[in-house]
Amino acid sequence: MAKLVILGAGIAGHTAALHARRKLGSQHEVIVIAPNSKWNWIPSNIWVGVGWMKPEQVTFELAPVYKKQHITFKQARAVSIHPQGDKDHAQPFVSIEYTHPDKAGQSEQVEYDYLINATGPKLNFAATEGLGPDKNSLSVCTYGHAHQTAGVLREQIERMKKGEHLKFVVGTGHGMCTCQGAAFEYIFNLEFELQKAGVRDKATITWLSNEVELGDFGIGGMLLKRGGYITHSRIFAESLFTERGLHWITQAHVTRVEKDRTHYELLNGETGVIEHDFAMLLPPFSGVGLKAYDKNGGDITSELFAANGFMKVDADYSPKPYDQWKPSDWPKTYQNPQYKNIFAVGIAFAPPHGISKPMKNPNGTPINPTPPRTGMPSGVMGRIVAYSIVDMIKGKNKPLREASMANMGAACIASAGAGLFNGSGVSMTMYPIIPDFEKYPETGRDIKYTTGEIGLAGHWIKHALHFAFIYKAKALPLWMAVPE
Amino acid sequence: MVKRNPYEQNYYPPVPTKLTRWSRVSLIWQTFRFIVLNIKILRMVRKH
Repeated sequence: MAKLVILGAGIAGHTAALHARRKLGSQHEVIVIAPNSKWNWIPSNIWVGVGWMKPEQVTFELAPVYKKQHITFKQARAVSIHPQGDKDHAQPFVSIEYTHPDKAGQSEQVEYDYLINATGPKLNFAATEGLGPDKNSLSVCTYGHAHQTAGVLREQIERMKKGEHLKFVVGTGHGMCTCQGAAFEYIFNLEFELQKAGVRDKATITWLSNEVELGDFGIGGMLLKRGGYITHSRIFAESLFTERGLHWITQAHVTRVEKDRTHYELLNGETGVIEHDFAMLLPPFSGVGLKAYDKNGGDITSELFAANGFMKVDADYSPKPYDQWKPSDWPKTYQNPQYKNIFAVGIAFAPPHGISKPMKNPNGTPINPTPPRTGMPSGVMGRIVAYSIVDMIKGKNKPLREASMANMGAACIASAGAGLFNGSGVSMTMYPIIPDFEKYPETGRDIKYTTGEIGLAGHWIKHALHFAFIYKAKALPLWMAVPE
Repeated sequence: MVKRNPYEQNYYPPVPTKLTRWSRVSLIWQTFRFIVLNIKILRMVRKH
């Protein structure tokens, strides 16, 4: 009997758990350890953040699903990994602390044969003074944050209905943020909701981001075919911002958020202040702070994890300048090079470097997006790592499965306003995610598969995906037919 | 259409014409695009 332990029940971890359980016989155990009781379809949080959906529509309880699937669920937070065991454990194990109300504060050591680290990120609001929903800005990173944001938005709409003119700022709260796409969706949904409420003329809305240009999205932007031209996503994004009457400030590192203003410094070294009545600024991400110890209790965290707290896998981590970055630097199997029974997927794996070009301002402040690895790629990684482990458990003498982001496409459907007949969404596809200028010297990506357009169909797809992925995550009949 | 003043940030990007904006909400055209986009996404999914 083998024991597979999965840390995290987000898109990557939950996908890995379902696929592993489906492929493994009942003599093997699949254990999921996650601090939250609920699964959250995070891409729909932006709709919770404007009040178009309720938190219950984007979440469900994990325990009944795991019970039905014969997956052991421990509602707990992983604290440390002991890949060599210790004096009391011959087997490797993970130390956990329960977060379930009935066992809150209790600890346990959970032994494993194989481990998947899919813990996702720590939302590092502390990186910027005054940032975060407990302080002076709002967020849509969790359904709870998004619900709070929707409440504040309702209050602001009431103020505007009474004649006040308000200032909104949306974007990234630090120079090293990722997930610009989520903030992008939020600003357009916000604008759309203000239009619907009849108060758009009472609002000034500004985008504040660490991207070098609009449309970078942390993937270095993309070139796509539109209207007889090969056009950069910057033009596409600027057109959309202009059409909706939005202002933008890019190349910005937020240094401090106050109740009614945000301070930032730019790539050229200049500083600025923007006033606001409502600020939705995403935090930077870091690893969740897992520690690692050897069998004698020595700290080996730096062997397993990169400095940012993300886990090292089969990537090329040797420091190199931007012009020497290669698609082959990116991991393929997500296996830890030292401990072959440990894998990391989704946001939890340490990327070898960014995708967008690293930049610093004259003060030495880095201002560039860090690479996104959420959504579709996360799900694919979860599935292929589950399959690799299943092969290993079954003793199949096969090479590990591969899913490099340098050889993987992605479809990104960004909502730009929710409504069955008047909504819109930006539908983007790209292949590969990591640009490959050796293979595609002119554009970095395959222009046949790299596309973008806006329209009502985009909203329909985003809404259909909302239901499809929740259906899949609930492991309802034929769930495996829904692709990642 | 948003008012654009010379030399301001929003003076330079292209903005859609009335026809383009209409096509973005036209049920017939968007139903067609819905099918096309789904095919594109499925082609992408099949690659991994």
